[in-house]
Amino acid sequence: MTPVIHASDLTKVFGTSTAVDHVSFDVQEGEIFGFLGPNGAGKTTTTRMLNGVIPPDAGTAIILGHDIRSEPVLAKQGFGVVPETSNAYVDLTAWQNLMLMGELYGLARARAVERSSDLLGMLGLLEKKDQKVQAYSKGMKQRLILAMALIHEPELLFLDEPTSGLDVQSTHMILSLLRDLNQHGTTIFLTTHNMEEANQLCHRVGIIRAGKIVAIDAPEKLKTAIDRVHRIEVSFDQGVSGDALAELSGVTSAERTGDKWQITTQDKDATIRALVTFTEQHGTAIVTLNTLAPTLDEAFLLLTQGERP
Amino acid sequence: MNPAGLHEQVRRAWAIAKKDIRLYYAKNSVLIFGILMPVFLFLAFFAGSSQLPLTFLLPGLVGVTLLFTATALSPAIYAWEGRHGTLERLVSCPVTIEAMVFGDMIASILFGIGITLITVFIALAFGLFPLHGIILVVSILLAACCFSAIGMLLAAPPTSEPSTPMTLSLLIKFPLIFISGIFVPLDQLPSWGLALSACSPLTYFTDLVRYSFTGEHYFPVIVDIIILALITLVFTAGTMYLHKRTMPQRM
Repeated sequence: MTPVIHASDLTKVFGTSTAVDHVSFDVQEGEIFGFLGPNGAGKTTTTRMLNGVIPPDAGTAIILGHDIRSEPVLAKQGFGVVPETSNAYVDLTAWQNLMLMGELYGLARARAVERSSDLLGMLGLLEKKDQKVQAYSKGMKQRLILAMALIHEPELLFLDEPTSGLDVQSTHMILSLLRDLNQHGTTIFLTTHNMEEANQLCHRVGIIRAGKIVAIDAPEKLKTAIDRVHRIEVSFDQGVSGDALAELSGVTSAERTGDKWQITTQDKDATIRALVTFTEQHGTAIVTLNTLAPTLDEAFLLLTQGERP
Repeated sequence: MNPAGLHEQVRRAWAIAKKDIRLYYAKNSVLIFGILMPVFLFLAFFAGSSQLPLTFLLPGLVGVTLLFTATALSPAIYAWEGRHGTLERLVSCPVTIEAMVFGDMIASILFGIGITLITVFIALAFGLFPLHGIILVVSILLAACCFSAIGMLLAAPPTSEPSTPMTLSLLIKFPLIFISGIFVPLDQLPSWGLALSACSPLTYFTDLVRYSFTGEHYFPVIVDIIILALITLVFTAGTMYLHKRTMPQRM
């Protein structure tokens, strides 16, 4: 299957600093791909090369089957962009901004009107459509930018920190719209600092550090891959022996914390099976059992620690 | 629909032109300045050149007005848009750089023609009726395109500081007034002055306007038109080439 985004050896040099260093990855159709990295790691530069805003110094980016350098118009026609900072025309109204976008994407007037009404309604801006954007709050501006990026029903949506600094209502509205769009087939490339957002939304994440990709995988795999020793928290309906737990298959230690046991193991699956057998043999029952995987935050910190450009 | 096709790109250029008119040219301050400028220029010409007849001065006024209005804002538009991030939005849309430049040119052409018509009405009010109306219309259209291309050419250096291209613009426009047969008839210029004036597109436009109103001209009319057309083509191609090169540096 042809990837929606195919980045191959993308490189960008500013003066003597290599901002993006031979970055390669693919994003498949229907994916939500999270692009994570610390400040200055090269996230935005990579995204701007993929958007055709700045040319790469080396490498290629094929977007929706079109080379962004040799066929920029055809590539751009298929995607929408939500940048980190709002860039609507503040002296125009929301409606005028959307009509302008409709024209720039070649929509017929009637279709642009229909889409604009739908999007403004969906994003809670319809009542203020004739108000100049300069009077909008940050959340309203960000919702408008999202509407502008969606006016032509793109197959692919680039978002750079779409919920950064927004109120809960705007964040919730944007995230649920993104989920809905993805369910209807839109591929999403999401640059974010928000690990929880990436964890909840993304099918896969790529982590960039000092201009180089250091990991690409599903969030759950990425979290477990960084920590080979897993933790299980378990409680029983009656007292059990710590020594007996420590002898179970795969268990390396068992420590009591309050009414629970924190068990560390190298084989989570074997230990859980052994715990079930243990309760049957000792006439006890499991009250709660939680596997304590590392968070995406921990994975991110481990993968990006120590090196800042 | 082929988004990269000429027809689609022209449509999108027109969208950019409408945006420019709405955002920049249709503002009260710009319109008032655009109207007051030719009026004050006329008064200055009229009061300061008592030896020159109105029939000589009014065509010069038409020329200066078109030069100043067609290049009034276009040199600074990319600097403004770059500063506010809206230029990045335009660049991420499926619009070629050529279409963006063309859109900006259309807006300045329309603004230039609109304000220049006021000076034509001033001429009519003083009883100066065009003898060659078609030449007047053709020359205004051609010169508006030419001056608009000059305005966009001045916008090519990548900067986010609007005052930079505006200063550059004034430094080029004011000397043009003095070497283009506005204040001094071309046949009274020394040979070096005439050589300089031959380099100014304003010379050919003013010569055409003067011919349109009075029947008098310095260069043959066809030469004026051909040179003006050639300069327009060269400047338009040059500005599009330069903007393609400099646009990434603005991002």
